Amino acid sequence: MKHVEANNVRDEELDLLLDELFRTYGYDFTNYARASLKRRVNRLMIIDRFPSFAELLYRLRQDPAYLPRIVEELTVNVTEMFRDPTMFKTLREQVLPVLATHPFIRIWHAGCATGEEVYSMAILLEEANLLHKSLLYATDLNPSAIENIRKGVFPLSEMKQYSENYILSGGKNEFSKYYTAKYNWAKFDDRLKSKMIISTHNLVSDRSFNEFVLIFCRNVLIYFDRHLQDKVLDLFDESLEKLGFLVLGSKENIRFSGIARKFKQLENKERIWRKVM
Amino acid sequence: MAESDVSKYRMVVIGGSAGSLDVILRIVSEARQLTHVAFVIIVHRSKSADSILADLLSTQTPLLVKEVEDKESIMPGIVYIAPPDYHLLLENERTFSLDASEKINYSRPSIDVTFESAADIFGPALVGIVLSGANADGALGLSAIAAAGGYTIVQEPVTAEVDFMPRQAINMTRVDAILEGEEIGGFLEVLLKKA
Repeated sequence: MKHVEANNVRDEELDLLLDELFRTYGYDFTNYARASLKRRVNRLMIIDRFPSFAELLYRLRQDPAYLPRIVEELTVNVTEMFRDPTMFKTLREQVLPVLATHPFIRIWHAGCATGEEVYSMAILLEEANLLHKSLLYATDLNPSAIENIRKGVFPLSEMKQYSENYILSGGKNEFSKYYTAKYNWAKFDDRLKSKMIISTHNLVSDRSFNEFVLIFCRNVLIYFDRHLQDKVLDLFDESLEKLGFLVLGSKENIRFSGIARKFKQLENKERIWRKVM
Repeated sequence: MAESDVSKYRMVVIGGSAGSLDVILRIVSEARQLTHVAFVIIVHRSKSADSILADLLSTQTPLLVKEVEDKESIMPGIVYIAPPDYHLLLENERTFSLDASEKINYSRPSIDVTFESAADIFGPALVGIVLSGANADGALGLSAIAAAGGYTIVQEPVTAEVDFMPRQAINMTRVDAILEGEEIGGFLEVLLKKA
């Protein structure tokens, strides 16, 4: 038990690491919520076997090739298909009918990690016969996560849970018709990917790049402090057309932000807001 | 209650799993006078159970019961519940944060995660309690609370519906008090009022 404490990163050490990441590599984590960041650093020191924080910092300074690994491990890339099924059900019932009236549907999945949510949305759109006129922009700051979206391959062991989620979201098909099982992996059909535009994008430092009718950013804001949350919500406001929809994670809210007055939450209290002005 | 009647403790974190619900309800119902500390409850449950636990606890106490939202303020006299499918962390003495990272001990929320974070922030002003459960979650967290100078309580394993979790905690930590489930509420009242 003692060793656990000895290796816990201290505030001053975390500052050194964040400073190095920013000045040398341009990754700005300074407005990330610190409790979670500390856990990520502690975890990295254990799994990559650094005996001390100093050795981690030394590695980062000496070995630029280690950077992607740090970025990948400092950020949380846990996601699942049809996570919060009732939210997806609301999308099917209340949001897709609105989108259907548009000649063209542009959607942004911001900070979507390995892409499970993007594939879920593609399935929803296909079932509503809207995929052909949609474009799904899938972005994350983490290059290796993005690579996984391109592959469209997810652990087969998760499919039982995803299938249950899919049914709860109002899905009527056999979920297995969307993928091919191979060894321990499920490879999702390429036609789902055909309407995805996959790219890195850092919500902290990169700008708006298009106008969307629907933006997802779920369980990303929880890792930011209030100041950074405000900035990112402004970015979404700029990137969303009037009467467009913003979807956040199940414990996230825009209530305390500057954009709150311009948005109205759906009546069933799912974390979906409509830009009303 | 006058300032001097109040102990140094400012937060009580309670972790439970299988078989802990009745004890949690009892502790919360007996804590009605303890408006100078914040209670934080981490209990393993299924995702779909959602708000049922908060509703159930609300029926037992006049204290406000809240399932924690992103960056929720930490206030004394409130019973906070870790939301399903998130780890609950503390940013500082005034603010919670949530984290959707990997499960720990097959659990999200994990008791260890919240206990360690709370120990880091509140140190000797923290009381940690491990209750009934079939999982080793909570044992490491309780030792972090002890190491930071906090007060540690474990439910007497013989009286726990499932004794694995309290036994693990006792094996791994210097525990200040081992109590029957029904004693914990009254004990807290004395501990938290002591000058």
